[in-house]
Amino acid sequence: MKNSKQSFNIIGKRVPLVDALKKTTGEGFYTDDIKLPGMLICKILRSPYSHARVKSIDVSKAEALDGVYAVITGDEPGAQNRFGVLPISKDEISLPKPGAPGRAGKALYIGDCVAAVAAIDEETALAALQLLEIVWEKLDPVLRLDDGLKKTDEPIQDKTENGTNIHKSVEQHFGDVPGTIKSSKYAITKDFDFVGVTHAFTEPIASIAHFDADQRLIIWSAQQVPHYLHRALTEVMEMPMHKIRVIRPMVGGGFGGKSDPFPHEMIVSLLSRKCGRPVKILFDREEVFYNNHGRHPTKTHITIAADEKGKLTALDLDATIDGGAWGSFGVVTTYYNGVLSMGPYKIPNFKYAGRRVYTNKAPCGAMRGHGAANSRYAFEVVMDLLAEEANTDPCDFRLQNLLPANTETVNGFRITSNGTRECIERARQRSGWDKKHGKLSYGEGIGVACGFYISGSAHRIYFNELPQSTVHLKIDMDGGITVHCMAAEIGQGSDTMLAQCVAEPLGVNLDRIRIFSADSDTDPIDLGSYSSRVTFMAGNAAIQAADKIREKLANAAAKITGQPAQGFILKDEKVIFAPDPKISVTFDEALTEALAKNGALLAKGIYQSPPPIGAQGKFKGWRAGLSPTYSFQAYVAQVSVDPDTCEIRVNKVWAAHDCGKALNPLAVEGQIEGCIHMGLGQVLCEEMPYLKGAIQGPNFLDYRTLTPMQMPEVDVIIVESNDPEGPFGAKEAGEGPLLPILPAVANAIYDAVGVRMYSLPITPDKLWRAVQRQMTAGAPRAKAFA
Amino acid sequence: MLCKIIKLNINGSTHETAIREYDVLLDVVRENLNLTGTKRGCDMGTCGCCNVLIDGRARLSCLTMAMECIGKKIVTIEGLKSPIVHPLQRAFAESGGSQCGFCTQGFIMTAKALLDENPDPKREEIEEAISGNMCRCTGYIKIVDAIENVAKLQKNGKGSN
Repeated sequence: MKNSKQSFNIIGKRVPLVDALKKTTGEGFYTDDIKLPGMLICKILRSPYSHARVKSIDVSKAEALDGVYAVITGDEPGAQNRFGVLPISKDEISLPKPGAPGRAGKALYIGDCVAAVAAIDEETALAALQLLEIVWEKLDPVLRLDDGLKKTDEPIQDKTENGTNIHKSVEQHFGDVPGTIKSSKYAITKDFDFVGVTHAFTEPIASIAHFDADQRLIIWSAQQVPHYLHRALTEVMEMPMHKIRVIRPMVGGGFGGKSDPFPHEMIVSLLSRKCGRPVKILFDREEVFYNNHGRHPTKTHITIAADEKGKLTALDLDATIDGGAWGSFGVVTTYYNGVLSMGPYKIPNFKYAGRRVYTNKAPCGAMRGHGAANSRYAFEVVMDLLAEEANTDPCDFRLQNLLPANTETVNGFRITSNGTRECIERARQRSGWDKKHGKLSYGEGIGVACGFYISGSAHRIYFNELPQSTVHLKIDMDGGITVHCMAAEIGQGSDTMLAQCVAEPLGVNLDRIRIFSADSDTDPIDLGSYSSRVTFMAGNAAIQAADKIREKLANAAAKITGQPAQGFILKDEKVIFAPDPKISVTFDEALTEALAKNGALLAKGIYQSPPPIGAQGKFKGWRAGLSPTYSFQAYVAQVSVDPDTCEIRVNKVWAAHDCGKALNPLAVEGQIEGCIHMGLGQVLCEEMPYLKGAIQGPNFLDYRTLTPMQMPEVDVIIVESNDPEGPFGAKEAGEGPLLPILPAVANAIYDAVGVRMYSLPITPDKLWRAVQRQMTAGAPRAKAFA
Repeated sequence: MLCKIIKLNINGSTHETAIREYDVLLDVVRENLNLTGTKRGCDMGTCGCCNVLIDGRARLSCLTMAMECIGKKIVTIEGLKSPIVHPLQRAFAESGGSQCGFCTQGFIMTAKALLDENPDPKREEIEEAISGNMCRCTGYIKIVDAIENVAKLQKNGKGSN
């Protein structure tokens, strides 16, 4: 089934998302669209202080208010139970316990949850919050990244390194980096500064919990990873997993921002248990910003060295990342800043030191291109500097340093398919690079950058040997095919991908397929929509299950026709005897035969990533960044910079992405275009500034994403390297395509006006100042090859 | 506060409902009338997820007082499917103009108002018309494609509604 030369029924076709009409008609429902009988509304009191101990909370007046059903604080049983998406850093609690020592009794950032009420309606709930009487003890907040490195008597969290606010430090060293840098002809060192950005999904966070008459907890939640929520709830609520049912309604975008188990999910569960009624919470937009979990503000120090032939010899990267108040995915982020920085290049010596600090700000976590975006920017900008110093075209410089296919990196990544060369060559050719680079007039520029990303983490967050994805298939006499798998559809199209992966082997139309991917009671575990894992893992599991059903139908056709089963293929809703296509039965005829004296056809497929090679167990952090395969990109961006105002207009992007095989080119294009929109936001305009610990402008007026009028034309170039282990050869397309756009734009700005930008976002005022500085210094406009 | 009973014309029917004077149309549509196709994204007019048509023009229902809508014709996303899906609803699905879908209905209402007023918009005019709507998934490209496709269909006499 995985041969690229095979002709496909539905794979590779431009298929509209299977749930699209539900969305365009408003018939589909998201969490806030659900109303249950007797449902109450929850509101959370949020901390006005960055760092403060809750001495006491008097809830009596709030409880006495007419219409209030329950008020909880950190005294509520379970509200103090620790949780967090990574078992290695469970440092989150639902609510601080009044009077408790250490982390347990503190609010850790402006917006942190302090107490919660469930009331008959929103107005009553808000009025009740006003009646809570809280005695605070204010503590000194840690707001700057550098301050988090210092010793302190009052660490933000209980577990930190050496009396500081450092959450996690990591170090890796392969080869001899200092020695190699010293002996290399070229070595460039630069410092970069990145602000935090956030997901800005359109659907505000929402959850409903119902502790029902059977003493089961049912939770509907806008979640990318329902399974980890399930695990966290079982610990917080101290209930066995089977007593908890997690349902994921439609999710209005996630991008990593709905992939942690959150305190509000625990809070509505605790409230529902306390008052015995369903409890809903819907965040307002400001609360969504407080919840954050976006990209870490980062300081990156990087040296890349190359020899006289322009071959890379060493990479030395140091990153300090600002985690905000909680752990979240932060240990992974800390590693990813280093281990994903080498990108698609062959680098024999690599050294990384990274650390994540806690600060009294909204937690940071996973965001599209998790852990890789900032390092990629730094790396690709320095690559451009190196190319210039070596007097080599930036495309050629990259081409001469590429990793080959089927190789292993110095830190043990197993590289299988690799289409980077084709990505660069096609983006270069289509963009007219050779006629443009260094040759456009002042203010016009073109830039290139590459990228690479994991296609699912090969290692589970919880160490166990369960499959990473399981798919159940069922066909009964109605002829519809039900697919069960907990892979979370969040708009990226995973339901459609599952439908295609089942329809292809069975040779049926998509309208036979029904996807059930929302309910932990009925749908088998898939680890969820993070790390760009779903197409690769759930897709393979779906194919495996469908192949088993295919075999049953081929056997049935053989029985009807008297021909050998192995000769049958399934295509166009028929089971056809390939050696003589005139012999065939319809899908329904084969199904009827297969069901006779047997009942519904059932099958299961699983995916487990192959055992790791090379790095296994050899050094600390060897698991980080290991993936069954990797996606690759090369982008060319063309920009105009207004010489007077330094306003930047990105005119066109040629975006070449190796996704192995585009199962659905329409969806792949959508992912690439969406990634470019989000990445352009980070490079040009998005930022979340803090003033005295408070997010400035936690709304969509101040947090500026690109408008339709600012979006460039995008020429999507799909490169198909046909991964040997991917489902029909596919790899990820949802995160990697974000990475190259940031440095491609920065490199194009350099080509346009001759200044390098080392901090993001590149706003017109910053760029103007940089251009002025350069003019004042009397430096010639450094335009490569001018 | 005491409630008032008002009549609103929504999707061609008169709905009698009890509201508070300060209720915005979004609350009434979603909470009172259970027309949940209209989405609540920001409550402050910055995302366009709550757009409805009021007397044919696209309006932010989160910034429109319900009281102001008495006597006006309101159309929500549910009103476009009658009974078959509207060409815009089909085009957004088929062009990939809807990914997570949360913003989609707002774009469709904006697009409906645009095409009713300007059946043959240029691409830049479409971009300008939808610039009050926010989408975080698509990068807007396929949304503009969808609207352009419907304009073409209507020009060729193939799109109804």
